[in-house]
Amino acid sequence: MEILVCVKRVPDSAENEISVEAGGADIRRDDLTYSVNEWDNYAVEEAIQIVEREGGNVTVVSLGDGETEEVVRREMAMGANQGLLLVDPAFEGSDGAGVASILKAAVQKGAYDLVLTGALADDGAAQVGGMLAAMLDWPYASVVNRVEVKGGNTLLIGREIEGGAQEVSEIQTPCVLSIQTGINEPRYVGIRGIRKVASVEIPVLTAAGLGLDPAAIGAAGARVKRVDYFVPPAGAGADMLTGSNEELASQLVELLKAKGGLK
Amino acid sequence: MDAKVFVYAVHKDGQADDSALELLAAAGTLFPGCAPTALVTGAGSAVAAVAKELAAAFPEVWSFDAASLAYPNAELLRPLLVKALPAGAVVLLPHTTLGMDLGPGLSVKLGAAYVPDVVAADGLEGATLKVVRQEYAGQVSAHVTADVSGGAVLTVRGGAFRPGTPAASGRIVDQSALAEGLTARRKFVEVIAAEAGDIDITREDVLVSVGRGIGEQENLELVHDLAKAMGAAVSCSRPLVDAKWLEKARQVGTSGQTVKPKVYLALGISGSFQHLGGLKGNPFLVAINKNPKAPIFQVATVGIVGDLLELLPVLTEKIRKG
Repeated sequence: MEILVCVKRVPDSAENEISVEAGGADIRRDDLTYSVNEWDNYAVEEAIQIVEREGGNVTVVSLGDGETEEVVRREMAMGANQGLLLVDPAFEGSDGAGVASILKAAVQKGAYDLVLTGALADDGAAQVGGMLAAMLDWPYASVVNRVEVKGGNTLLIGREIEGGAQEVSEIQTPCVLSIQTGINEPRYVGIRGIRKVASVEIPVLTAAGLGLDPAAIGAAGARVKRVDYFVPPAGAGADMLTGSNEELASQLVELLKAKGGLK
Repeated sequence: MDAKVFVYAVHKDGQADDSALELLAAAGTLFPGCAPTALVTGAGSAVAAVAKELAAAFPEVWSFDAASLAYPNAELLRPLLVKALPAGAVVLLPHTTLGMDLGPGLSVKLGAAYVPDVVAADGLEGATLKVVRQEYAGQVSAHVTADVSGGAVLTVRGGAFRPGTPAASGRIVDQSALAEGLTARRKFVEVIAAEAGDIDITREDVLVSVGRGIGEQENLELVHDLAKAMGAAVSCSRPLVDAKWLEKARQVGTSGQTVKPKVYLALGISGSFQHLGGLKGNPFLVAINKNPKAPIFQVATVGIVGDLLELLPVLTEKIRKG
């Protein structure tokens, strides 16, 4: 099975406090640590496991800038066979549909049976996988937490739906699946693994290389635009306690006693 | 802009989901003066019952009753809606796993703008719709504009728009014929209910809930010790289940359990809407987090910015001593 996994380099929101620059043009990016989008990491692991069982190849693709290569290389070190970078100033400012149309062109450069994305990324939009599938006219499933290859062109998949239930379906390949966290346990990548793929060449495709019209992508083609970031005015919010740990613990014990939190 | 607005109405057991009236409220706020049409899909008598219920709130209801629509398979609903909707239509979906499944592709097939997870309206000027979204798991908000001249598909966060008390005597239009001949390359097989765990956190009055901020698996010991001293049960947010540190049955959130405790300690939980979606009943909520900007502090009753590893042992010891 030939699998393409779409990954995104994002500020690691588990490791960073995200705040907004004066004027709201962007989030404050100094001192942020970046990593691969967490959902995408599960998608890469799933692709590698499928290929380990069924044979085939895993290609990791990312749309970004000069910094994106380290993320692709890290994912390749997990066991993906190839990397692919999509880099062009014309891509900047793309909305979800723009990103999906760039990825569509990349998908059509290859011969893939399956395209995986993370279920969502830093912007919480959860949109690119579904748009990409529609543009390719392939079937799609979101928040996938189980993939079994059934033979023929059929996959048995599970979607994680509300309340922790799993919706099971059969889907025909080629298809696009967006992968939910928890589907597997992504393998650890050490320095040694990254060194192993350090010299592997990663092809770079631009808008021209993908046959894309710059007017249809990037900020020029975007119908959906972020105007600014802001921090909503704080509501009443929590009553914040301060003091030494000893003092904090005493205050909490009194509050918990009063509210029936201690038995 | 004179938008034709449609609301996809989710229903269960013959009754409309709360999201239907929330989306009606969202439609009126986002597109003032619009007369939204509810879309009800399904199979059998439930469709007519839900259509009748919604006709008391919406000026028009389209019902689609067909055996193939018994389960809401987004891969079938998408071509159905593409067939049914007029050019330039605006479609509102709940931002749920169905909305996420259906919406992005629907926007492509309709040639419409897509704006997911809308939390507030910010005005409509001509064909430019302005809304508020959140990014980075709710740590920051963003104003977003969308050119809706070619229509739009919007998913709307649950609880973001307060349902009104609309009164209508809407017209019900039977559109079932449009469902004939639909095919999909994804076939629904079954729904497997969540596994029941050793513990039922939905029945607990006091929950000590732990999130990613606990850091390492071995630190969970501190949480278990505290819960034991309090006589409380341990619950958690999603990342701990993904990491296999705690079982799925302990997960609070839209993809886990919905709980109604009297007291809820949120330890190292940032407070994503998915997590808070599983916390009902307005408990006494104590949040302890090292990040002063964590969204959990917006909803907590009492907050502490601090280090769990230092504070928890002191707290546990104090409770043990009475």
